[in-house]
Amino acid sequence: MSENSKIFKDGLWEQNVVFAQMLALCPTMAVTTSGTNGLGMGLATTAVLIVSNILVSLIRKTVSSQVRIPVFVVLIATLVTIVDMAINAWLHELYKVLGLFIALIVVNCAILGRAEAFAVKNGVVASAVDGIAMGLGFTGALTVIGLIREFLGAGTLFAQASQLLGPSFAFLEVKVAGYGGALLMILPPGAFAVLGFLLAGKRIIDQKLAERSVPAAQPATA
Amino acid sequence: MNLEAIREKIGYQPLLLGFVALLASGALAVVSDATGPAIAAAEAKDLRDSLSEVLPAGMADNDFLKDTVDLQKDGKTVTIYRARHGSEMKAVLFKVAERGYAGDIQVLMAVDMDGRTLGVRVLKHTETPGLGDKIEVKKDDWVLDFNGKSLADPAPEKWGVRKDNGVFDQFAGATITPRAVVKAVKGGLEFFAARKQEITG
Repeated sequence: MSENSKIFKDGLWEQNVVFAQMLALCPTMAVTTSGTNGLGMGLATTAVLIVSNILVSLIRKTVSSQVRIPVFVVLIATLVTIVDMAINAWLHELYKVLGLFIALIVVNCAILGRAEAFAVKNGVVASAVDGIAMGLGFTGALTVIGLIREFLGAGTLFAQASQLLGPSFAFLEVKVAGYGGALLMILPPGAFAVLGFLLAGKRIIDQKLAERSVPAAQPATA
Repeated sequence: MNLEAIREKIGYQPLLLGFVALLASGALAVVSDATGPAIAAAEAKDLRDSLSEVLPAGMADNDFLKDTVDLQKDGKTVTIYRARHGSEMKAVLFKVAERGYAGDIQVLMAVDMDGRTLGVRVLKHTETPGLGDKIEVKKDDWVLDFNGKSLADPAPEKWGVRKDNGVFDQFAGATITPRAVVKAVKGGLEFFAARKQEITG
């Protein structure tokens, strides 16, 4: 397996920010009331994550390990604020949809986590690839949680997606006729329940995969 | 001396931190400067759009964003936008807020010179999705019920939701939210009636 495809496999599945590292659960729970919200938050985070990984990787030799955390925090906060102001000024319609998410990215520990765990030890290209992979994994997780909650809670899929992605994506919007939805799924308990079932599901799949690939393996504790 | 050795010196840490902070502040200042006018213009356009939504077409030919008066109400400043057609004042627009179920509900309303509401919109709220958010015109046309209402019609004691013997519908599972909006609009009309001299003067 080449290095890049390993990074992608880690980001999307093995080390998935939400389902494996269990980082960034606060924004995950808060914004996944619909598939569109999950997708928007995921994409905005991915953009910041790629740039922050590249910058951290560039300055990793200059920054001494004792002060690296405050340096990275300042860097990420500055980056997010710049993105926030730029979108507000020049893409104002998008800002009205995404604005809520952008400020939340500052407190997303996944970004500092990747700076610490990957970008500070790896080259610029690998760090950029890691940012893309982790970001896509995060986006996927948020979109899936959002879609499940939206479907069970409101009976729709990707409601208002055309506001986020443009009118040509209106075909994504689905409404189940005659189903009012179980409000609980939109409220915070629904977030915990859906995340719990998805985590359990991932564990089961991982277990099945491990059993299949090493049929005669000894127990790990032996 | 190579970089690795310099990096471990005690004096290097504060210098580095200071340098990073300086760079970050500089970058933010530049971007803030570059985006400021565009953001202000976009926000003014947003305000104009939302004001135009509660004001029926043809009511105003002036730039009511500029024709304002600031009044004190319960210790807070309320900005009142005045819509004129020709020289005659036709309507005023202002924001009122009332505590709902989960936080303040901000309501924008337009009132004509006879004290009748021309339009009401909820600008911002944090009510329960699916229950309380029917106050948004996107979700339900409930808020249009306020059009044409005044302090005399319905009578003051009828300014409430049906549960409180009023004329306005409540929502299944949510009474506090519509009650708050009704109270906010009524408060706005009372404010207009009590302060009409200052508002139009």
